[in-house]
Parts: sequence; structure tokens; C-alpha cells
Amino acid sequence: MKRLEKKHSLAIRWFHWINFPVLMAMIWSGLLIYWAASRPGVETTGDVYRIGWGNWTLFRFFPEKFYQNTGIVLPNGDGTFYGRLAEGMAWHFTFMWFFAINGLLYVIYLATSGEWRHLLPNRATLKEAFHVVLHDLHLRREPLPRRKFNGAQRIAYTSVIIMGALSLLTGLAIHKSIQVAWLTNLLGGYTLARFWHFWLTIGFCAFFLIHVLQVARAGWNNFRAMITGYEIVTEPDGEATK
Amino acid sequence: MNTANPEELAPEQNAETLAAPPISEELSEELCDQASAEPISESRDEKYAQKTASFSGDESNAANDANAETQMRRMSRRSFLWSAVAISGTFGGWKWLSTRREEDALAWPFRRVLQVNENIARDLFSPNRLAPTFARSKINPIRTNGDVGLGKFDLNDWQLNVEGLASGETLQLAMKDIKSLPRVEMITELKCIEGWSVINHWAGARFSDFAGKVGPATRDGAAPNIRNPENLLEYVGLETPDGAYYVGLDMATALHPQTLLCYEMNGKPLLPENGAPLRLVTPLKYGIKNLKRIGTIRFANSRPADYWAERGYDWYAGH
Repeated sequence: MKRLEKKHSLAIRWFHWINFPVLMAMIWSGLLIYWAASRPGVETTGDVYRIGWGNWTLFRFFPEKFYQNTGIVLPNGDGTFYGRLAEGMAWHFTFMWFFAINGLLYVIYLATSGEWRHLLPNRATLKEAFHVVLHDLHLRREPLPRRKFNGAQRIAYTSVIIMGALSLLTGLAIHKSIQVAWLTNLLGGYTLARFWHFWLTIGFCAFFLIHVLQVARAGWNNFRAMITGYEIVTEPDGEATK
Repeated sequence: MNTANPEELAPEQNAETLAAPPISEELSEELCDQASAEPISESRDEKYAQKTASFSGDESNAANDANAETQMRRMSRRSFLWSAVAISGTFGGWKWLSTRREEDALAWPFRRVLQVNENIARDLFSPNRLAPTFARSKINPIRTNGDVGLGKFDLNDWQLNVEGLASGETLQLAMKDIKSLPRVEMITELKCIEGWSVINHWAGARFSDFAGKVGPATRDGAAPNIRNPENLLEYVGLETPDGAYYVGLDMATALHPQTLLCYEMNGKPLLPENGAPLRLVTPLKYGIKNLKRIGTIRFANSRPADYWAERGYDWYAGH
């Protein structure tokens, strides 16, 4: 038989859906800023923003075409392009407040509502996460444990909170590198703080891709629960009156 | 994630195919409301399950399934309407933001936020917090960037005009006047707003020593005292001799011990492209504020014009 089961509280849904456009604005404006340091011929520290070893580079963040095709640089009309650093900084230093406040409220909510129990990894998590990965790669058939968040999700959703906090800290270390010099030094200095900040963003993008993929795999009922809060649960008939 | 897909149900279980008696409106509404009003916990889920089970007691499973589907449809309708409003709101907000009247090449809402950020930064600013200094082995080669205000110029014609003094006069200074001030050296990081940074060795006079010497105007007309910055004017403006490049500083930054009027870079006299004969160096600001080839220094009560701030950048641009 079918019944409705509450899955995500109203607060969680708001935090989640506010964070989505805000994080997009942060990543987008971050790219407008990052372009200025990485454009060919100007990069110095830019050579660490790549995947490669020694003189061999597999991928550089980012190829010129990427900037041109995404509108991070705009055409002057004569074949050259201009960047949008000032605009990017303004967006970044505006939406950082929304990102920080929403994230902080989310963490406070998790802590006070007790919902952290669904989210934080526990003793069973690592083993379970391994199971989930094997299952998703079709290497193991046993069904996944039936609970709100499985081990892989717990690790992912906890990591992304830590990443958010680190993004704020590395961002502050860059933005006010003298006022919080202790923090900037702790992160290895100004250049390294920028490096961490950048790779955290790549981490967010990776999280986003996997997240969307998994939500698509999980299906409509699961996705709808993030909007309505409820999921339709089907139970075997024998257990209907338990 | 792990619930069965509706399509996987056997036909007789699928509520859509059966004309089950719908549950009463009030009851389903009550169910929804109670469920959303209660705090979330494992036990709440159980209670909800019991409630669902108890009211459905004698009804067939199919009717029960129909109830669940009906309730879900009702909630979905409401939630997706909300979603539509939220998405339109987000899109509208973005449109609104990107079509606002510009103040100095930046939509005014962003100017307001940058102003708030600046106020917070200036309130929390402490002159005792110093920029990190580095060992000689860390010094990078000079990286030259930007040549606005550095047109053709005969260094022999150079003099420094100082305005906004307590005396009310404009002072003309020569290099020997600057060099008569205590010489300070520091190895600090110059951070370009583009994102790169270099560690350079600077030598020059502290701006605060300079200010102490020339005597800036005060708010109440009393004799200037650098150790009482509250009574000094709020800003300092600097300009190249041709007036093409100009920056503004808040007084706290100008008087910071690591803000120098610099005449040597990496152990050699300044090169023309790096601002000879005299430039500003302050690790507290992005490179854009580190004006080269100073022609005029002006103490002022109103915010001085700033070349890059007029082009959409933050006026404060401070670390």
C-alpha cells in the first residue's frame, strides 16, 4: 500500500533552494574574477590552476574558448574580448552575504532540530558508502539500506557543508588578507588561499554534477520530495497495518 | 531514493486505474496540515504512518493508495505553484539587478552593498594589524602593470604639490624633502586586483611621517596631531602630474605604518614605468591604489575621485 512520508522539512527545502541560485551567482561571479588572473599572457600564479605534472598539462583552467562561449568575456566587435572583473567582484561581494547567512542558518538549524543525525556520518557510514558506490556502478546487487540518507549521501552532504565553510574562510583570507593575516598565513599565504578557494569551487561543481545525476537516477518521487517535502512510500501489503 | 517507482506496481495496486472513493477534503487537509506543523523526527514519521493506517482501517488498499496519490497531487500543485513564484522572483530579481541605474559604472544596489562592506571594514580596521613581511630570498622580480598617467615627462620638472594643509597653503616639495624623512624598508606583497601578487622590496618614507611634517588640516582648526587621526580630515587624494590617474585613500590606511612614499624598489631607484621618482606603496590596498609618479597629495574631507572606482570597482579596495 502507498502512504505519504515526510522527508524534508520546510526549513531544509528553503535552505536548499535559496542556496542553489546563490551558489550559482558565486561561481559565476567567481569566474568573472578568476578570468582576470588566468587569461593567457597574464597568468603567473595561473600555472597552478591546471591538471598536469611538470611541463605537461592535460587541462588549463580555462581555455580561451570556454571564456568566450560562456560570456565570461564579451566581444568588443573587432575580434577582441573584454573581461568583467569589476562586475564579478561586485556580485561576489554582494552574494557572499546570502551564501554565508543561508549556510550559517542551515548549520544552526541542523544542530538544533536534531536533523544532523540523518546527515553526519556514523560508524556504519564508510562501509555503507562503499556498498552504495559498488551498487551504483552495478558491481553489487544487494539493495541499498532503506533510510533517509545512505552512507555515500552522508559523506557527500557533510563534505559539502565543510566545503562551504572552507570557501567562506579562504574567501575571507583573500578578501581581507591583512586584517585576518593569521588566517591567510594558516592557509599558506595569499597565493595558496586563492588556490584553495579555486579548488573548492571545482569541488562544488563536481558535487553539483554528481548530485544532479543521482537525483535524475533516483526519479521523480525523490525529487518531488525536495519540493513538497513528502515522498510516496509503497509498503508490502502484509505490513500495512503494523 | 529507495522507494519503489509507481510504474513498478502491479496494475491492481495502481490507484490511478481504480475509481476509489476519495477521502473527505477536511480529513486530507487536516492530515497535511498536522503533518507539516509537527516537528520532524523519526517518531513523527511513525505517528503519521499510524494515523494513515488507522483512518484507512476498513478501506481497501487501493482506496488507500488513491488517498496518498490525491494528497500528493494536492501538495504538489501547491508546492509547484510556489516554485513558479520563486523561480519568477529569482529571475525578476536578477533582471532588476542587472538593469539598475549605474553609479560609476556599477548598478546602484551593488554600490550600496560595497558601501556597507566598506563601513564594516573601516569599523573593524586596526592600524596595529600589519601586512606579513618576507625574507629577502622571497623577493620576486618587478612586474610592471598599468601606465595610465605615465606619459612623456621630464623628471627634472617633478615637484610634489601638497594641498589641504592646516596652513591653508599649497606646499611644493622636492625629492630631498622626502628623503630627509626617516628611511623605511619593507618586503611586502603587492596584490593586483587581477589576482596575481608579487613580493617586492620597497624603500621610502612613511606617509605618516610625511603627514606629520607637512601638517594636514584638522576638522576643528586645531594644530594637527598625527597621533590624533580622529581630528584629521577623512581622506587623502593622490594624482599623477598630468592628472590622468588618481586615487583616494581613507585616512586610516594613509597613516598605517606600512603605507610608504616610495623611491626605491628591489634595491634600485624607481624606474619610470614603476613610478619614478616617487610612488605610493601600501599592502593594505590592491595595486590599483598604489599610485605611481605622485604629482599631488591632497588632504580632503570629501571622498577623492578614484580612477578605477569610476570604472566599476570598489572605492575602498582594502585588505
